[in-house]
Amino acid sequence: MRDKVGAILVVGGGIAGIQASLDLADSGFKVYLLDESPSIGGTMTQLDKTFPTNDCAMCILAPKLVTAGRHPNVELIMGAEIKRVEGEAGHFQVSLVKKPRYIDEEKCTGCGVCARECPVEAIDEFNERLGERSAIYVKYPQAVPLVYAIDRDKCIGCGTCQEVCKAGAVQYDEKEKEITVHVGSVILAPGFEEFDPKLKGEYGYGQHSNVVSSIEFERILSASGPYGGLVLRPSDGKVPRKIAFIQCVGSRDAKIGNNYCSSACCMYAIKEAVIAREHNPDLQCTIFFMDVRAYGKEFDAYYNRAEDEYGVRFIRSRVSHVEEVPESQNLLVNYVEDGNPKTEEVNLVVLSVGMRPPRHAEELAKTLNIRLNKYDFCSTQTFSPLETSRPGIYVCGAFSAPKDIPESVAQASGAAVKAASLISSERGTLTTVKEYPPERDVSDEAPRIGVFVCHCGINIGGFVNVPEVVEYVKALPNVVYAEHNLYTCSEDTQKGIRERIKEHNLNRVVVASCTPRTHEPLFRETVREAGLNIYLFEMANIRDQCSWVHMHEPEEATVKAKDLVRSIVAKVRLLKPLKKPMIGVTPTGLVIGGGLSGMTAASELAKQSFEVHLVEKEKELGGHLRHIHYVLGSKNPQEQLRSIIKEVTGNEKVHVHLNSEISDVEGYVGNFKTTLNCDGKKKEINHGIVIIATGAKEHRPTEYLYSIDKRVLTQQELEEKLTNGQFDAKTVAMIQCVGSRNGTRPYCSRICCSQAVKNALKIKESSPETDVYILYKDVRTYGFLEDYYREAASKGVLFIRYDDENKPKVTLEHGKLNVLVWEPVIKTWIPIEPDFLTLSTATISNPDNERIAKMLKVPLSKDGFFLEAHMKLRPVDFATDGVFLCGLAHWPKSIAESISQACAAAARAITILSKEALEVEGAIANVNEDFCSGCKICESICAYNAIEMKEVDGKLRAHILEALCKGCGVCGSSCPTKAICMLHFTDDQILAEVRAALEEEAKYD
Amino acid sequence: MTEFEPKIIGFLCNWCSYAGADLAGVSRIQYPANIRVIRVMCSGRVDPVIVLEMLANGADGVIVTGCHPGECHYMEGNLQAERKIKMLKKLISRTGLESERLRLEWVSASEGARFAEVIKDFTNQLRNLGASPLAGENPDKTILAGIIAAKAVAGASRLRTLVGRERTLIEEGNVYDEKVGQREFDEVMDGSIDAEYIRNRIHLLVKDKPMSVEGLAKHLGLDPKNVLRHIVVLRQRGLVSLDRIEGEDPLYIALEVS
Repeated sequence: MRDKVGAILVVGGGIAGIQASLDLADSGFKVYLLDESPSIGGTMTQLDKTFPTNDCAMCILAPKLVTAGRHPNVELIMGAEIKRVEGEAGHFQVSLVKKPRYIDEEKCTGCGVCARECPVEAIDEFNERLGERSAIYVKYPQAVPLVYAIDRDKCIGCGTCQEVCKAGAVQYDEKEKEITVHVGSVILAPGFEEFDPKLKGEYGYGQHSNVVSSIEFERILSASGPYGGLVLRPSDGKVPRKIAFIQCVGSRDAKIGNNYCSSACCMYAIKEAVIAREHNPDLQCTIFFMDVRAYGKEFDAYYNRAEDEYGVRFIRSRVSHVEEVPESQNLLVNYVEDGNPKTEEVNLVVLSVGMRPPRHAEELAKTLNIRLNKYDFCSTQTFSPLETSRPGIYVCGAFSAPKDIPESVAQASGAAVKAASLISSERGTLTTVKEYPPERDVSDEAPRIGVFVCHCGINIGGFVNVPEVVEYVKALPNVVYAEHNLYTCSEDTQKGIRERIKEHNLNRVVVASCTPRTHEPLFRETVREAGLNIYLFEMANIRDQCSWVHMHEPEEATVKAKDLVRSIVAKVRLLKPLKKPMIGVTPTGLVIGGGLSGMTAASELAKQSFEVHLVEKEKELGGHLRHIHYVLGSKNPQEQLRSIIKEVTGNEKVHVHLNSEISDVEGYVGNFKTTLNCDGKKKEINHGIVIIATGAKEHRPTEYLYSIDKRVLTQQELEEKLTNGQFDAKTVAMIQCVGSRNGTRPYCSRICCSQAVKNALKIKESSPETDVYILYKDVRTYGFLEDYYREAASKGVLFIRYDDENKPKVTLEHGKLNVLVWEPVIKTWIPIEPDFLTLSTATISNPDNERIAKMLKVPLSKDGFFLEAHMKLRPVDFATDGVFLCGLAHWPKSIAESISQACAAAARAITILSKEALEVEGAIANVNEDFCSGCKICESICAYNAIEMKEVDGKLRAHILEALCKGCGVCGSSCPTKAICMLHFTDDQILAEVRAALEEEAKYD
Repeated sequence: MTEFEPKIIGFLCNWCSYAGADLAGVSRIQYPANIRVIRVMCSGRVDPVIVLEMLANGADGVIVTGCHPGECHYMEGNLQAERKIKMLKKLISRTGLESERLRLEWVSASEGARFAEVIKDFTNQLRNLGASPLAGENPDKTILAGIIAAKAVAGASRLRTLVGRERTLIEEGNVYDEKVGQREFDEVMDGSIDAEYIRNRIHLLVKDKPMSVEGLAKHLGLDPKNVLRHIVVLRQRGLVSLDRIEGEDPLYIALEVS
């Protein structure tokens, strides 16, 4: 057998690809991250805000981009495609073709002078063709890598960029290159393509200027978009007063061959309507829809808020066509409501376009020899949602089915654990650990500060008098050396800085150039290589926040640059070297809950050789899955259950504790100590991480004669009957949303619609003549589940809608069940006399959650489910490090989704377990116990549970858990007795910095 | 330069606002050069004492910017900042300095244009307001005394405790499991600000020379009855003691606290 390779190729640099790469790189593997575009970030970079939190997409994404771009174990391969794959799982050779960028990626500093001087304009795809960019460009301002590229189709070859590029990075003679990478496994995350709305000619896209696609509208909404955040219509730049959103454009549409639901459009349309309203409170937004599919966590609450607080109108109707009013370029939206044709005039129409498989899906599938499904998305199975048909190749994100960001992120982590599991024996074989010289002890030295001022080509030098700044700086106290550089970040200047540190015995370094957000890590490394502690370095941002924003006032800009450098020098004088403490890690996991999710997570940890304790309250493993006898589109689930139980119990690394609960938890990430109550006996275990997989419960209703009449069942009870052959009925009625989407439980339980469809199909399969009625509010069969909805309808299952004003009425009449349902078109109550009435009941949170949440100090949502660190980008993490969650404990979800999330939780856990010790940030809070009064304010304020109260000499004192502190400093600025000092941002340092900034302005000589 | 140009200190959180300011640069959106930016990891890091120190040092304006509510990189640090600034504005308004000289804004990483707009607006606002009475060679003595007193208030544990507990008391509940109403809390807060501010003014005044209740009341424009109550507290706290009695008037003096 050939040796396995400890590297992974990730195809696609969107949020899913980035997440998978980071998890793998943080678990000891080398990652090649490939994207066909010149920068990573994918579709998310184009979004304005994200539902349901309304977070700015770029705010939450940018830190991940920067981390991926700088990670020593992630190699970005941009502008490349896969040509050939040879070998097999464990050792693939993948040949890639890298298109020429015409820019040397090593030399380009991203300064952007080339783009400003480029005389050729091209249409800006990033801004969805609503604006222009130059032929030499970066995709978006925060692009990673921040390296320009020449658009060869547009470039006329005038040579200007080469002339103005002071870094000498332009290389017109670059050719296409073939690269071969050796990897053990491959993760596919190529994302999706938007449906081309021109294919739905009736909506007038491409003919009428004021019909835009939803992604175009994202750019229109974005503060950094073409209209600078003003909501305008493209035809005349006027502010629209009325906007119509048309749903399901290219989705749920058998005519064009896309029968599936694109899963995210309902929510993004609601979000776009809400955000548009925030821009302009007089705006009237109307959404034309078939079903509102707000099935995710907190989605229904968001939907309700849109309707109640933002006055978004929802009209349940498929729009037949859109016409333009020639004079005003307004649009007439034609639709049918309650059987009557209607027309609505609006200023702008937004088409909620669906998701298509990526353009090259077929080619990619051929090259990789993987199967696609009938819609050309990557084919996966319910019980193996992350595996493609070829061993060693995994998939995540929208390529396997349309999905939203958090699910893509969870799948990405999940795919990472799968990809790593295959080659876990090779962990650490290809990663690089950098060796640094010992740190020089500077504690007894007076500050000797070196200042390096950057011209950034002409970006700073063109507006700020850089040599004058250098002369000024030289006179500042403790500055023993200053120089200016064309590009301080260039490789030769880095070398120069290291030499200057030695020559002049510098013990503090300031670089005055661009933003520390992107460049601080680079320079910190440079000073570290020269033997200085990284906290003895600071930057003054004289480009992004000075020369670029005061281009017309060179004198003021120069004064400001001097002030900025002077004030940062004042801070630097007081900087202290800080240690990054290392804390040990117990390489053992604890999983709470032995259902499908818990077992999957435990099994994934064990597959990568970590010990794991699996704690189950009941006397046997299996949880909910024990009651599931058939699922849509999959093999026998009980067989699957048996096989995973065997996998878990047969692995010696997994220690199963049945009839057990946790009774006490101490410690923190890497070092937990938990007490178990096993059948009355106490057991203590040490572990490094916790995964919560406590599942959920089926709600037992009190309405519709449930528990009064035996013929009224829950879906699970019906399934039991259908499996045991106890089912015999001529008519079955099902009522959806029983206990969900109401006053007490305003959320959607997500799985009940497909559960109803599943059981209806099962009934039709054994007795086609049985009448089945499904009474629903919205049919929420998202993604490919839509196919089963259609199948049920085509087999004669009758779907009848009800709303809250006219809920179905259930009575007993002469021993018979009688269901009355309101028919809105003919406005009358229709009677149904079912033999069985099935209630699709809510999924409710596990009542144990509250106790467990308290012990682990993690939060619950108002509905009692566990609340993750961030609903968009950290779906299985908590703010408290080392604690993760998955499955129904997080929210109602399907089998495949639970498996993906369980794998994700395992992946996130392994980023900790795979390290011998965790390096902790040095710039954290520090308590002076003599001043601490033990008031506990800091403890209550800390969002990370990083402060605990400890008894010292009989008094309570705040104690910082270094492993958990994130260094925000909020505790320090809130401490009544000023006992907490925020290292690296101490009061003294900040005061020195601001005082110096306020000193008399730098005078001209 | 003939026109007055204000000096502005801006505290920008690293994750949203500083990134937004960078984006203004990347997009070349111009704004006045009056601001000097101090980067902090979180807007919640900005200690009220530091803000007052800046105003005392003659800053014409101080602006704190953080992530929009709900978007904080550190979960809720920005909301802590909001409470601190709210308290600070109340405190500043008592000193005679215009509380508009302190401003809190939310700026996200994608709002480069908004950052520029906010700075433009704040700069113009300060231009219209004119130089800080504390700037230059001859700062307004009364206001300066007020700001120094305010600094002492902001640095002492009473108000810091209240601000620190505000969110818990209002959103989660107190030790009796009751949620405190915002208005009820504000009453306590306002009362504390008033009392502590005046006490610190008194304390500062009697540091210079011994003064009587009448003299203090006249100086501070307060009812002597009120001043006496504060003197009682200050004496209890061991901050002020009797110096001597002149005629009918006891004179008080600050005690040196080590």
